[in-house]
Amino acid sequence: MANREMNVMDDDELDEVMNEFIIESRDNLDQLDQALVDLETNHDAEVVARIFRTIHTIKGTSGFLGLGTLESLTHVGETLLAKVRDGSLPVTTAITTALLSLVDAVREILQSIGMNGGEGDLAYPDLIAELTQLSTAAAPAPDTAVHGAGMLGGQLLREGKITEAQLAAALRRQDQGDQRRLGEILVEQGAITPAEVRDALKTHFEDQPNANETIRVDVGLLDDLMNLVGELVLARNQILEFVQPGAALAFTATSQRLNLITTELQAGVMKTRMQPIENIWNRFPRVIRDLTMSCGKKARLEMEGKHTELDKTLLEAIKDPLTHLVRNAVDHGLESPAGRLANGKPAEGLVRLRAFHEGGHVIVEISDDGAGINVDKLRNKAVEKGVLGADEAAALSDRDMIDVIFQPGFSTAETVSNISGRGVGMDVVRSNIEGIGGSVEVHTVLGVGTTFRVKIPLTLAIIPALVVAVGEGRYAIPQISLLELLRLDVSQTDDGRTVLPNVEWIQGAPVHRLRGRLLPLVFLRDVFEGRVLDGSVADEGVTNRVPSGGESMYIVVVQADDHQFGLVVDGISDTSEIVVKPLGRLLSHVEAFAGATIMGDGRVALILDVMGIAKHVGITSGVRQASRLTVEATDPTFLDIASSRCEPLLLCNIGTRRFCLPLEAVARLEEFEADAIELTGRRRAVQYKGEIIHLIDLAEMLSVPAERADGRPLRVIVCTDDGVSAGLVVDEIFDIVEEEVVASEHSSDFGIIGTAVIHGLITDVIDVHQILRGATPALSAVASVEEFAA
Amino acid sequence: MSAVRTRDGRYCTFMLADLHLGVPVSAVQEVIRAQVRTQVPLVSPVIDGLINLRGVIVTTIDLRRRVGLPPAPSEIEPMNVVIRYEDDSVVSILVDEIRDVIDIGDVELEAVPATVHGACRDLVTGIHKRDGSLLLILDTIKLLDIPTAVGRDRTAADSDSGEQRQLEPGLSISTNQFELRHQASRRDQ
Repeated sequence: MANREMNVMDDDELDEVMNEFIIESRDNLDQLDQALVDLETNHDAEVVARIFRTIHTIKGTSGFLGLGTLESLTHVGETLLAKVRDGSLPVTTAITTALLSLVDAVREILQSIGMNGGEGDLAYPDLIAELTQLSTAAAPAPDTAVHGAGMLGGQLLREGKITEAQLAAALRRQDQGDQRRLGEILVEQGAITPAEVRDALKTHFEDQPNANETIRVDVGLLDDLMNLVGELVLARNQILEFVQPGAALAFTATSQRLNLITTELQAGVMKTRMQPIENIWNRFPRVIRDLTMSCGKKARLEMEGKHTELDKTLLEAIKDPLTHLVRNAVDHGLESPAGRLANGKPAEGLVRLRAFHEGGHVIVEISDDGAGINVDKLRNKAVEKGVLGADEAAALSDRDMIDVIFQPGFSTAETVSNISGRGVGMDVVRSNIEGIGGSVEVHTVLGVGTTFRVKIPLTLAIIPALVVAVGEGRYAIPQISLLELLRLDVSQTDDGRTVLPNVEWIQGAPVHRLRGRLLPLVFLRDVFEGRVLDGSVADEGVTNRVPSGGESMYIVVVQADDHQFGLVVDGISDTSEIVVKPLGRLLSHVEAFAGATIMGDGRVALILDVMGIAKHVGITSGVRQASRLTVEATDPTFLDIASSRCEPLLLCNIGTRRFCLPLEAVARLEEFEADAIELTGRRRAVQYKGEIIHLIDLAEMLSVPAERADGRPLRVIVCTDDGVSAGLVVDEIFDIVEEEVVASEHSSDFGIIGTAVIHGLITDVIDVHQILRGATPALSAVASVEEFAA
Repeated sequence: MSAVRTRDGRYCTFMLADLHLGVPVSAVQEVIRAQVRTQVPLVSPVIDGLINLRGVIVTTIDLRRRVGLPPAPSEIEPMNVVIRYEDDSVVSILVDEIRDVIDIGDVELEAVPATVHGACRDLVTGIHKRDGSLLLILDTIKLLDIPTAVGRDRTAADSDSGEQRQLEPGLSISTNQFELRHQASRRDQ
């Protein structure tokens, strides 16, 4: 009995040693990838020594643990590395490749041990043969001897204590069979004193990080800690609810301290889970090296902000998507060296990774200076593949068209390579990133390059959210998807009906006018009570939608993908930090909810998944429509997007016809009540902040039938051209788009420069100059008098 | 699979209307009073809601609805039997009344007779014959196979069809009635 217990303990101990070995080796191997790639360009003795040490350690431990395959593999690797270290072998691509394969093999074996306890069946005879062959094939090159110097030689050399020649001589003696250590030889040569050797060794070891300052902690333990802190945050929230005015002073003070301590503890524990993004970037030099070699391209990798930290779970989650994007940058993005030279670029392409913090998020950018995405080609491809109909494709703006690459089953690669082009990937990239509450967007300029911008939340566990009320339930909406809040008035008509004056209905689908654009509304009540929004509900009333006795409701404007829509809720309570908890397996399939949390009063509230709701009500089905309220700020960091020839245009409507005019000419947008308009002579004008604005009715001027309801305020675009100002009256102001306008033909119509297709609609481009001057020659005179007066 | 034996033969038993039901003691984490529940829209009415069990969010199943019984009379204060599964997930079932833990020892359970229909037939793994009563042993795994989750399924949400949610007439409750009951109770509050 006692004997058996002894054995069990031994096994446990062995397991522990084995586990530690696997974890440690895995960490070291990750660094090896990078070190080996570095070695190709930079023959640093220090790097060689580090690689050697790692392989040597693995060899030693695997011998001790009885891992035969691992030992024999690392043994040949070590032999080869020893030759490289002492300079008898120059570092060649063949050697690096073989060593990288060795790293892979070791990794495979470790994985096999980790999973099923054994080394697996593979013996890697080819790799062993190759490594052996490489290490025996060498011709010694005396000059490189210095590069091969170990840590002592390197240190002394850096400190200027010895010359390269002295070091080379000493190393040669070692090669010739001198068994003594380098320091001893150098001392004997008279190059150096024993004290200097001691100093150099001391400095060298002090440079190494002190192992005692860090400890290895099981991730599971950190997860537990994080959960406990989550609990503490909840308890804190509950306690704080008891702090009312008039509560005992001591209680209030203690609660405040509890509040502070909890916040700090939360930050501290979250910090323990943070890891630099470097941890996943480390493998990219290797990825790029392998990729460029297999597809005959040349690429350089630049990394910026690699110390940017992210929660470990998030880091794991973005590892694969980022790798995919990096591979894509090389495979799809960069041109062949010949193609690059032909385009006046250096043969070697650049792939750049940037990571930085921005407004509570971490942004990771993957840029290449390759060919960019050819939107027209994309459009044809999309139609060809049946992802889009021809009309749909033509209707999409370039920006929206680029989004098509995130559609499942889409690939633009001319030929399918084994790396990419198989039409799987980008959709997975996007869904993976969105799965952790992030987003990905793409900026591209033809011929200049492409940038993928990935936005990731800092942490998953605790997020800020807005708490809203629907019926008797409370729901949390993550702040990340929130854009703005609007009050929605509820009023009673004379005959006692409840109406929502700011909501209009299109076949049962509610919409709201937000700054001249239609915002689709989703009544959360409708969603939760299973009422359908596809028009089958004839009920345009509000009976079921408005809480009884309520005077107002709220529109929470949210963003899902590129779509904005308004969630109509009964009330808004507060924003608070909530702890995201998973829904059990019974509910994990419900797409409308992302999880649940516990509120201050101890009750459970569901967390809305805005994406899920958008899908549920059919807002984000299929290809995104060409709708956007604002023009997104372009990112000037890597791609100079501003240099593209797009011109911002203001879109407006008169009657059923679309017009646009260059934003450049627009001074501002105004609304005037009809009764504010005064007549001056035969023209109309309004007073505005002490100045007179002359109004030009575009409908009249361009002979277009207008649709203007009586009593509605006039929408006015105030334009300035060469010091002349006037207000152009239109029916509706829509949007600002950034579009390259190719006026299809020169229009003979008065006031129109030409015609363009914007968002799939024929749009007349207004000639502001002609309208302002030609139409009313007197206007310029008036304006100049005003100027004079001013 | 006509009969099932538990290892220790002890069952936590409870009443659901006139049914005496039991689950293995080893599967029960705890028994607690009814908690404040948060309703979950868009899911099957069998899911009663979510409760906060010391910081863990637990889904509650209305066992009456699950087996197709009418809702409990209002004077009954239901109890939560919290069941822990092998993967450490936890689900709570709402029952009418908790009864004793019964040790039935090492006896063979009888299979459900062919004449028994309804959800009971699927959910009961075996019957233990006691003096004067029958103890039905519930299958805690099958309990989780909730027939319809409304989710995105629009037809299920379309109450006009009056679609029958459960298998047998008599024990079934139509979607229609549920929606009405649901909305009525909301308006009351």
